[in-house]
Amino acid sequence: MADLEPRLALPSGSSNGRVARPLGAFSRPRNPTGLVNWLTTVDHKKIGIMYGSAALFFLLIGGVAAILIRLQLAVPNNELLSADFYNQVYTMHGTVMVFLVVMPIGAAFSNYLMPLQVGARDVAFPRINAFSFWVFFFGGLMLNTSWFLGGGADGGWFNYAPNNGIAFSPSHGIDFWNIGLLIAGLGSLTGSINLITTVLNMRAPGMSMMKTPIFTWMTLVTQFLLLLAIPVLTVAQILLASDRLFGANFFNVSQGADPLLWQHLFWVFGHPEVYLMILPAFGIVSEIIPTFARKPIFGYPFMVFSGVAIGFMGFGVWAHHMFVSGIGPLSVVGFTFATMFIAVPTGVKILNWLATIWGGKLILNTAMLFAIALVTQFTVGGLSGVSHALAAHDTQQTDTYYIVAHFHYVLFGGAFFGFVGGMYFWWPKAFGYKLSETIGKTQFWTMVVGFNLTFGPMHILGLQGMPRRMHTYDVVQGFNTWNLVATFGSFILGVGTLTVLVNALVSYRKWVRAGRPDVGPDPWDARALEWSIQSPTPEHNFDYDPVVTQLDDWWYRKYQKDENGVLRQVHTGAEIAQPGNGEGVHLPAPSYWPIVVAFGIPVVGYGLIFSLWLVIPGALITLAGLYGWALEPADDLDVDEHQGDDDHGDGDGDDTAAEADKELEKV
Amino acid sequence: MSDVAVAQVVETHDAHDDHGGHRTSLGLSNMKLAMWLFLGSECLLFGALISTFLLSKANFITEVVAGNPNVTSTMPAELIEEFQAAGSVEPFWDIPFTSASSFILLMSSLTMVLAHKAVTEDDDLQTKVWLAATALLGSTFIAGQVYEFTAFFREGLTYDGNLFGSSFYTLTGFHGAHVTGGILMLMSLLFVAFRGKLKSDRAETVELVGLYWHFVDIVWVLIFTIVYLIP
Repeated sequence: MADLEPRLALPSGSSNGRVARPLGAFSRPRNPTGLVNWLTTVDHKKIGIMYGSAALFFLLIGGVAAILIRLQLAVPNNELLSADFYNQVYTMHGTVMVFLVVMPIGAAFSNYLMPLQVGARDVAFPRINAFSFWVFFFGGLMLNTSWFLGGGADGGWFNYAPNNGIAFSPSHGIDFWNIGLLIAGLGSLTGSINLITTVLNMRAPGMSMMKTPIFTWMTLVTQFLLLLAIPVLTVAQILLASDRLFGANFFNVSQGADPLLWQHLFWVFGHPEVYLMILPAFGIVSEIIPTFARKPIFGYPFMVFSGVAIGFMGFGVWAHHMFVSGIGPLSVVGFTFATMFIAVPTGVKILNWLATIWGGKLILNTAMLFAIALVTQFTVGGLSGVSHALAAHDTQQTDTYYIVAHFHYVLFGGAFFGFVGGMYFWWPKAFGYKLSETIGKTQFWTMVVGFNLTFGPMHILGLQGMPRRMHTYDVVQGFNTWNLVATFGSFILGVGTLTVLVNALVSYRKWVRAGRPDVGPDPWDARALEWSIQSPTPEHNFDYDPVVTQLDDWWYRKYQKDENGVLRQVHTGAEIAQPGNGEGVHLPAPSYWPIVVAFGIPVVGYGLIFSLWLVIPGALITLAGLYGWALEPADDLDVDEHQGDDDHGDGDGDDTAAEADKELEKV
Repeated sequence: MSDVAVAQVVETHDAHDDHGGHRTSLGLSNMKLAMWLFLGSECLLFGALISTFLLSKANFITEVVAGNPNVTSTMPAELIEEFQAAGSVEPFWDIPFTSASSFILLMSSLTMVLAHKAVTEDDDLQTKVWLAATALLGSTFIAGQVYEFTAFFREGLTYDGNLFGSSFYTLTGFHGAHVTGGILMLMSLLFVAFRGKLKSDRAETVELVGLYWHFVDIVWVLIFTIVYLIP
């Protein structure tokens, strides 16, 4: 096989007829090292790691906010935080956790793993991938600079109208929220186009959609949700920004505006959003559970189509967030049914995971424990969620801590536990060493105990009637005990979450002291294609195209049926893995332009908030960056390490122009 | 691995690599798929904007008919009276003018198709002519929009005055920004064409710009119908 010409390479000696022209200070870096390497990389693996690192950085900010909330609520009549600052803290906690932690961790896994699972050398548009990351990162940083520039947003993560207007929120906090998330959303949009194209178009020979791993399927559904949900949020935020910055009247009630428009637009985005946060984690556990139950996933087509069904139905349930907004009985009934129905495909997934575990030879390592915790805790959160399809029940619980308990069970107990499990599972693939199981299991139990101590009592507090977002409570209201328990639990949870960093460091030092032993290509005896190459992943991914004949193809290359029809191991992963010889492989060349283009956009954002003059240099940087990008061939023909022709060599002009067009919308 | 599998790879290479294209799972180029996805996303963007306009216009008219002084004071009294008499904003439009500019924009889709045809046939002269014509027609439409905005502003429709102004200028302004972006793409293509580098091997780039251009035209058909023609 190795003598076959790599699919992604240019025929030797051929060129696309264009010559690289140096473009000033930002001419293409040659074999960059250190910081420049990371700033200019277009490698999906490095970009995935950068997404993950950025998300962990924002997790610290969101985590500090969470601890501040719990400290404020620990005892009654507490004045640790002022009411105004408390508003900012819970708003920014929600915003940061949703947009800058959970979403980018999902993007990190998708970026790193999906191309490997489909047997591709990179994503479809490597430079756009780098742009997506940088624009997300700059947007997130810009959002968080609001802490130092007059205070954060203070209207809740959904910032309902008319409370989000300048009359009720005169600081720049909500402007930062608007512009920062618009910018980060640009990264989600370009990223979604990129990843969908990769899944649909760059699968290995023989890998039909129904032979594609479930994580890749869930990535596809997630990215479709982003593609179609983000523009609706974009519109909502543009309307709000127009109101706040340019005196428009979209949510101006005195002009007859209907503030419910905001809720509709926000939740048309917001409900697909919750599914696009959980689906990557569903994909992750769908890889972990079969591996450690030593069984193929139960009901693969059901897993796939239930994910697709969740994606479709996710756009039809938004108004269950608005049952108390006066949307009318007919709407309430309609959305009640839609919400009950969407629980069906979710339940199918839970049952399929259970059936996969059933009768399996379980290996209860850290990754598997986290996966099982996801299934369990997500089910708790899912049940408290689906019960809110009943409008009467919803009306009773809405805006109470019961809701807070519900969405933390699905997003923290579900999505985030899945992500941590995914880190333990794929860490050896990304970094070449396993994380310590001892520390891992300690972390697991710390997190499970901390998590349930923090959010379990919130169910009771909610049923007792404690409202969300309230700054403090009185002794006589009877919320004292469980609030103290929750605060106690939040510290355990915080320690447990940080343990993953400790584990990474300790395990790394142990690995280095042991002389960096090779962890092997397939340390878990797993099923998908990313385990058929060396660890850590070679820069070029695959030496040659893997050819796929069935689902779990890698597994069935290791295990084949003997004459009695019994599955027996015929090879180990190490025997038949690709050797990691990158000779003759052409990779996309690094580029400065994605980060340059992304850098100009927040400058425009600051300009919109503080002084329109600043818009001009920002727009010029971005426009110049776009033309620099378009004129720089995707391929670098002058160096030995050639480019992959899977970069968008031909269509740059119009694609960047499309981005320029999006940029114009903002200006 | 089986010989069948190897043969499959070889076959795939033979089938696609010989004409310079990249092997893709769907047989559709990555760029074209990406453009379709981008346009799908744009549908939701304009869908939300059009919904916002419809809701805002309805609320505006309700308040005008009810005589809410906050609203009626934002526009000249004679316009408000016309709106109240008609029960809609219909008297505001200059339908013949906007019909003419809509016709111009729709014709630019025809010239775009001709430009794509010319570039696939390596007809340099016609490529340049039709690209330039498309850009010119688009620019004429934008000039018409600038004229229309100016006229509306003088008549008393301001961006920050009332719901009608905010939503009208935002929706049509967004569309105008999209057309302007398209003109920039066309000018870039024209620039490449004048340097003699726009040959049939890059026909797909022209096709992609064309896809975007047609999409923007279709959105205008919707906006013209929904905003201007339906009372």
